[in-house]
Amino acid sequence: MKDRVSKVYHGFGLPRLIISAFLLTLIIVAAGTELSVPGLLSDALVRIGQNGIYVLAMVPSIQAGAGLNFGLPLGVIAGMVGVLVSMENSLLGLGGFAVALLVAIPLGVVAGYLYSLLLNRVAGQEMMVGTYVGFSIVAGMCIFWLMAPFKNPALIWPVGGQGLRVTLTLADTFGGTLNNFLNVKLFGLTIPTGLLLFYALLAFLLWLFLRSKPGVAMEVVGRNPRFAVASGLNINAYRSVGITLSTVLAAVGYVVYAQSFGFAQLYNGPLMTAFPAVAAVLIGGASTREAKVRHAVIGVVLFQTLLTVAMPVTNQLIEGNISEIARVIVSNGMILYALTRVTGGEQA
Amino acid sequence: MSKVKRILSRNAVPILFAIVCLLGVFYANRPFQFLLMEIVKRMARNSFLVLSLIIPVVAGMGLNFGIVLGALAGQIALILSTHWEWAGIGGLALTALLATPLAVLFGTLAGLVLNKAKGREMITSMVMGFFANGVYQFIFLFLVGTLIPFDNPALRISTSPGLRNTVDLTRVRGVLDNIWTVQYGFTKIPIVTFLVIALLAVAIWAFFKTKLGQDFRAVGQDRHIASVAGIQTDRNRVLAIVFSTVLAAWGQIIFLQNIGTLNTYNSHEQVGTFAIAALLIGGASVTRATIGQALMGTFLFHVLFVVSPSAGQTIFGSAQVGEYFRVFVAYGIIAISLALHAWRGKSLGKASMEEDVSA
Amino acid sequence: MSVPVLEMKKISKSFYGTQVLKDIDLRVNAGEIHCLVGENGAGKSTLMNILFGMSVITDTGGYEGDLLVNGDHVAFDSPKAAIGAGIGMVHQEFMLLPGFTVTENIKLNRESTKPNLFSRVLGKKLETLDRKQMAADAKAALDKLGMNIEEWVTVAGLPVGYLQFVEIAREIDKQNLQLLVLDEPTAVLTESEAEQFLDVVRRLAKSGISILFITHRLDEVMAVADAITILKDGELVQSGPTQEFTIAQIAELMVGRKVDTSARLGAEQAREGKKKVLEIRDLRVDMPGERLRGIDLDVYEGEILGIGGLAGHGKIALANGIMGLYPSRGQVRYEGTEVPLNNPRKALDLGLAFVSEDRRGVGLVLEDSIANNIVLTSMQTQDKFLKPGPLKLKDQKQITAHALESIKRFDIRCTGPDQIVRRLSGGNQQKVCLARAFTQNPRLFFVSEPTRGIDVGAKSRVLELIVELNRMGVTVVITSSELAELRSISDRIAIIYEGRLSGILPPDAPDVEYGLLMAGKSLEEVEIGERPSK
Repeated sequence: MKDRVSKVYHGFGLPRLIISAFLLTLIIVAAGTELSVPGLLSDALVRIGQNGIYVLAMVPSIQAGAGLNFGLPLGVIAGMVGVLVSMENSLLGLGGFAVALLVAIPLGVVAGYLYSLLLNRVAGQEMMVGTYVGFSIVAGMCIFWLMAPFKNPALIWPVGGQGLRVTLTLADTFGGTLNNFLNVKLFGLTIPTGLLLFYALLAFLLWLFLRSKPGVAMEVVGRNPRFAVASGLNINAYRSVGITLSTVLAAVGYVVYAQSFGFAQLYNGPLMTAFPAVAAVLIGGASTREAKVRHAVIGVVLFQTLLTVAMPVTNQLIEGNISEIARVIVSNGMILYALTRVTGGEQA
Repeated sequence: MSKVKRILSRNAVPILFAIVCLLGVFYANRPFQFLLMEIVKRMARNSFLVLSLIIPVVAGMGLNFGIVLGALAGQIALILSTHWEWAGIGGLALTALLATPLAVLFGTLAGLVLNKAKGREMITSMVMGFFANGVYQFIFLFLVGTLIPFDNPALRISTSPGLRNTVDLTRVRGVLDNIWTVQYGFTKIPIVTFLVIALLAVAIWAFFKTKLGQDFRAVGQDRHIASVAGIQTDRNRVLAIVFSTVLAAWGQIIFLQNIGTLNTYNSHEQVGTFAIAALLIGGASVTRATIGQALMGTFLFHVLFVVSPSAGQTIFGSAQVGEYFRVFVAYGIIAISLALHAWRGKSLGKASMEEDVSA
Repeated sequence: MSVPVLEMKKISKSFYGTQVLKDIDLRVNAGEIHCLVGENGAGKSTLMNILFGMSVITDTGGYEGDLLVNGDHVAFDSPKAAIGAGIGMVHQEFMLLPGFTVTENIKLNRESTKPNLFSRVLGKKLETLDRKQMAADAKAALDKLGMNIEEWVTVAGLPVGYLQFVEIAREIDKQNLQLLVLDEPTAVLTESEAEQFLDVVRRLAKSGISILFITHRLDEVMAVADAITILKDGELVQSGPTQEFTIAQIAELMVGRKVDTSARLGAEQAREGKKKVLEIRDLRVDMPGERLRGIDLDVYEGEILGIGGLAGHGKIALANGIMGLYPSRGQVRYEGTEVPLNNPRKALDLGLAFVSEDRRGVGLVLEDSIANNIVLTSMQTQDKFLKPGPLKLKDQKQITAHALESIKRFDIRCTGPDQIVRRLSGGNQQKVCLARAFTQNPRLFFVSEPTRGIDVGAKSRVLELIVELNRMGVTVVITSSELAELRSISDRIAIIYEGRLSGILPPDAPDVEYGLLMAGKSLEEVEIGERPSK
């Protein structure tokens, strides 16, 4: 019995136990206020499914030895183009969603592969280079959004403006398609079944990949490149696989995010997408060198629940909307902690 | 001939940007007087901040994205000085004095954190900037007026917590710039501000001629060898960051006295990015930065900044394109510099091996 | 007789219960060039660490014995203290800042300064550098060496051969220098540079500075040394004036050891009629510090071939080159088929397996489990341990079963197949490496330094396992710095000297023959030369 407790404890880790306990306390506190606990939890479920894929995207990048993927906006933009193409053609419902994915995925593959070629040349500095490549692409795409050849009046500024609007609504096309699929209401709790199923499916596929021969090879490359070479593996090829996979997940993640959020925010919208995702996977127990699907799932559940539950509760105590600031402090604090932690001592 | 070639290749980045700027100036088609006025204003405003980046580069800590911390120290001092109604050049000097211990504290903390993240200083300093920004907002947007009693109509609206989004710095607006100005056409040249910048440039130059400066250079080249020679590397690294942070605090105060209003929650956000982009455009790299590069870079970057919207209007029929373009340039130049640095670092290792083969 | 500059008496040192130095005596007289020779692991560096008060010594409980400088008892608790007492050191790797000038490097952290306005207020650290004085000092030090190096050039612009001199100039610029330790200074120099270097050393000694010279190159020892001290396995073997030694004797004393070679006797004959499995022709391997400069060698089916030689001569590079881990040229044929070089995958596919000398760097994925370490290579190269089906998922059941079997067979002491290999002892880590290689079912097996850094009990077990594999019909090429170990299990032993094959000996050949081959003398010389009684 004692063994089992300690095993669960070590598997889950102290920080996560503390956060869970904190969350539980918050929920109990919330029950005492006029806040609706099922409402809060429903929100949390939506946000978990909405952000979960971004966090999954961190796993292949870390496992391939490229560190936390701060270049996430690259994939996000591929996803954006997918969403826009689908909306341009006024495609509705699941069809619209599927077309967005069909466009986003190949774009993500191309962008991710090119990105991996760059990262393979800057091995060791992937995170910093990735951050600014991400920023640059977002800024460069701002120009593209202004000049892009989209015609659908729902997308472009009405008279007088030029280019795409800053915020597009998906309500008339495929917003909420996944969230409302097999939607279940239980004890006042709204469960976005489709969204969560889709997320679970991707998590499962990723888990499966990591257990396959190429997945294992990718992990070896990330953990000890010199061992990998001695075992006849092509390091750059497997790093490319990891980085491309991460970018594609970000692209898919965006399409899912947009349909759940109901809006697409262009221009500087995707600038900071990487940071909460990075923070979530770290909170889930990953490090800059090691991440499992489990970490991504636990991380997004804890982080997003924390944001959705904790903030309204604290707002009851402190005036004003604190959630954005709390997100900034928690996520950057978490990243800072991971960056300054001595890494495994592999180089004493 | 080869000398010309060497000068060209060594200064490829500033030359390239000079050409881009010239094209921009041509397409923007704005009057010379307008350009001059804008550039002089912006040089006076920003040069000090860009110069504050040099010391950590030489000390081997890369581009200090953490100067945001210094900017925050400067802003906190300004908020307090506004509260206490310090005015005039004396008030500004006092503000700078008040900012100093804050900046020393922030810089020391930052330096200690960076010593725990050797080899990852830049990303760590960047994230640290974001983090500090969050804490700053938390304090001044929430705690002030709720947990921290603070009532001053100039700084906050009593109905909601936190400081106003913009604070008028009427008491110190332009007090440094206006001590002595020389009029040239429409352009007022703030002589004293430029003297202060020149003084800083000379001070940095002289600093690297001292024993401590030499120690910084040694640590920047190779931590291990420096420490074998008995130089306290960690201590020197913290000092380098402290210097940079203090200079950034003063730089932000000079910047804000020129602007005249404090955007409480965004004035500092882009400080790091824009200053670093300016330095890099001047031809600096992650491991090498000079005063000349800092000043040249500040000049080119701000020419680009000024002409982009009009040039965008002429070329693409949209000023917005120009505005996005300059942000793209700022991020892009940083991305390219970082990539080149990492790339070169890797191929250097390879080159030395190839030399071995031929031996 | 005058008081020696340095005297070490009965120095002993243990690390965590393992004795690495035992009762070492060393005496360096004024103006003497004293050579300290010994194989890797003989205890030279530990002795120097004691002399310099390095933290590796002070943090591990200090040492026993006495240290005397100019007849006075001393105990240095930091390198600074040693330097203060007039002891200088030139390290094996260059301690120079490439972007600094020669002057700046020579005066590093000992710069001459003069006060200025600010330094009077803010302290000495802000004093201005006195570049004129620094340049003059640097020039003087370089002149003392007879070197014509411009003191204002940056070090990055100097030829490699000059760097060593800048280092020495830095040491002799320290005012009170009386003993200079040179740690394998000629390893990176060309022959003519080394010649010049030795001249400088002689010159320094003449000026009254004592030199403690650590080197592998025995002809250098004979050329410059006034006295020689030989260490082996942490013990003093012999010490005396140079005239008392010949090169062959030094080599013999460095490596000689009582060996039981009976196990493999007669194997030489058994080779008759066996076919060659591996033919190596003009193999050149660019492995830093261990370059192989063209070697011809045949390996016969079913034998254990030992590869020996002193450190830095390239023995390690042979297996690394054939396995594609370092850039190589030449021709290697395995059972008649060409082994493509610089392609690890092809070498593995041909049925070659390798246990690297760099166990923690190349041999293992330290953060991974024992089970994964054992199966990874086979899974990736041979599609083993996968579930049937197009997805190629790993078969955890099979992996665990195989790992359990290996743990039992190789006697790996662990908590189970899921234990992370980082936490294992060196010996058990090595057994995991062997298990991985065995899992590949190799037909030709390379193993380098199999017993380095592991305890005695595990050592014999590891060697047994190698012999066991050989009995199963696998040809083995074993590389080791421990000659005794090679001689106890090999059928033949090839000695590498300066990147080339020096000769091949049977395991029961006399020590002196090994000594001569390791010192670069040919076997003919052995036959003609004095063959001292064993």
